[in-house]
Amino acid sequence: MHAPDGFLTGPTAIATGVMSAGAIAASLKASRPELDDDRIPLAGVTAAFVFAAQMVNFPVAAGTSGHLLGGALAAVLLGPSLGLLVVAVVVIVQAIGFADGGLTALGYNVLNMAVVTALGGWAVFRGLRRVLPATATGVSLAAGVAAAASVVLSSMAFSLQWLFGASAAVPFDRVFTAMAGVHALIGVGEGLITAGVIAAVLAVRPDLVRGADGIDRAAGPAKLPRARFVLAAVAASLVVATVVAQFAVGDPDGLERVAEDTGFIEAAEDHAFGSSIFADYATAGVASETVSLAIAGIVGTLVTLAVGTGLLLLVRDRRRGTSADAERAPSA
Amino acid sequence: MGAGHTHPLHVHEHSRTHHLPAHVKVVATLTTAGLVATAPRDDVIAFAGAAVVLAAVARASRVPGRFLVSRLAVTAPFLIAALLLPFVASGPRVDVVGVPLAVEGLWGALGLVSRTLLGATASLLLVATTEVPALLRGLERLRVPPVLTQIAATMLRYLEVIVGEVGRQRRAMTARGYDPRWLWQLGPLTAGLGVLFVRAYERGERVHAAMLARGFTGRMPVLVAERPATAADWAVAMAVPGLVAVARTVGAVVGGAEAWA
Repeated sequence: MHAPDGFLTGPTAIATGVMSAGAIAASLKASRPELDDDRIPLAGVTAAFVFAAQMVNFPVAAGTSGHLLGGALAAVLLGPSLGLLVVAVVVIVQAIGFADGGLTALGYNVLNMAVVTALGGWAVFRGLRRVLPATATGVSLAAGVAAAASVVLSSMAFSLQWLFGASAAVPFDRVFTAMAGVHALIGVGEGLITAGVIAAVLAVRPDLVRGADGIDRAAGPAKLPRARFVLAAVAASLVVATVVAQFAVGDPDGLERVAEDTGFIEAAEDHAFGSSIFADYATAGVASETVSLAIAGIVGTLVTLAVGTGLLLLVRDRRRGTSADAERAPSA
Repeated sequence: MGAGHTHPLHVHEHSRTHHLPAHVKVVATLTTAGLVATAPRDDVIAFAGAAVVLAAVARASRVPGRFLVSRLAVTAPFLIAALLLPFVASGPRVDVVGVPLAVEGLWGALGLVSRTLLGATASLLLVATTEVPALLRGLERLRVPPVLTQIAATMLRYLEVIVGEVGRQRRAMTARGYDPRWLWQLGPLTAGLGVLFVRAYERGERVHAAMLARGFTGRMPVLVAERPATAADWAVAMAVPGLVAVARTVGAVVGGAEAWA
């Protein structure tokens, strides 16, 4: 999902750029206790690991393959703030060094692939850890389901940005269905890999998994109940992607609010930049327009909720956790 | 360092572009990419103008076309997506050899393909003419937090090692007759990635210890001081986005191709 230059309109690029920069600044502040301790090389080598892990193609079915995004994985391994920074650096280097993703698209690429996956994934992970047992299996399971959800959240964030700043006349509901559908599948792969990696690391060096605080190490190495896991991951991805859309139709509040928002956007947006899809789209059919606006409202609420929860957790952990961080740091 | 000047990203040459201060080139590249990315989708004059300017920069910097074309391959997924636009877009359709294509989608595809290729070319020219340490220092001069550039520096330094490790794992697996093709065969792959993380982290710990032993204080030493940017440097570098801006102005006056059609 490394979008190229001009994939979304200029105002969208700038707005998402401001959001990404804010999230990076907050993470820099939150991870200061760790990074001030000259531990930048560790973060750098971990970034190289995420970069390399993205290059490992995994089979989806004979012939097709996907690859890891790694935002939720990095968050569970390193904590949300350092995880976000590491994946953001990976995305930025891919754009500058390898032309994978446009320079002017960095705002939304960093937002979707680093901020939403790390913070959203962390929020889901922490939620699941409250429910699941504090064992290696429980942590791996939580990480896997969180990773699956993070990929779908990321695709939803992208569809939402498409609504506000599309560069071509493809209606929002078509983009949303395609993106969320494909990413529900990719999410299962992401979830399986993340759960497997966390289980493997927990078996060797449980102290390296930031998200595994307070687990019962006597419970032995994680054995994943695979059938149950696949079911959970599929359910998490699909619930997020489709059931929400069903609710959307009959929700006048969401509808009204988004109609207001989008009306504002239409007025405020880019006569200079020209290619606002929204005016084109409004003529495409009133019935489907209202439905897709309602879906957009729900999707927006969900993404904001997940990312906001992640951000809150990040800030709260920082307030509370400086001494614990120093304690956890393995002596290098 | 042992590999001399061969680098997958950088084309070693001595041209005016290569010797410009990095931060000047970063500003020029970002401005160019911004101008291309915000050009109206049917502004063929702006796109053609930018293509000519970038080709001239590549020639003046002695960056081979072969290098650019092979590097542009990363944008292929989006080019393919762009080619699908005429089929999935809504709105009125036009018959092309009996196939109904959406007019909106055709213009959208034109804009998307042009912006993608031109933006990617601009950033490829930047890395091709700037060595990585200089580029990172240039970003620091533009107020990018040093923590980020240092993470990036360490990452790029160890990337080759870790990617090599992935290759060795894969080869070992194949040599033992395991070639996973289905989703339920993921187990060994993910265990391998888990081991890879532990190895990467432990390597990071060793690197950090070695750096501390050599007196690392949290900042990398600057080995070659970058010269300050002169007015002439800025003039030469900003001529590139300047010419693209001229092409866009001409395009805006003449009008887009959509009006001609």
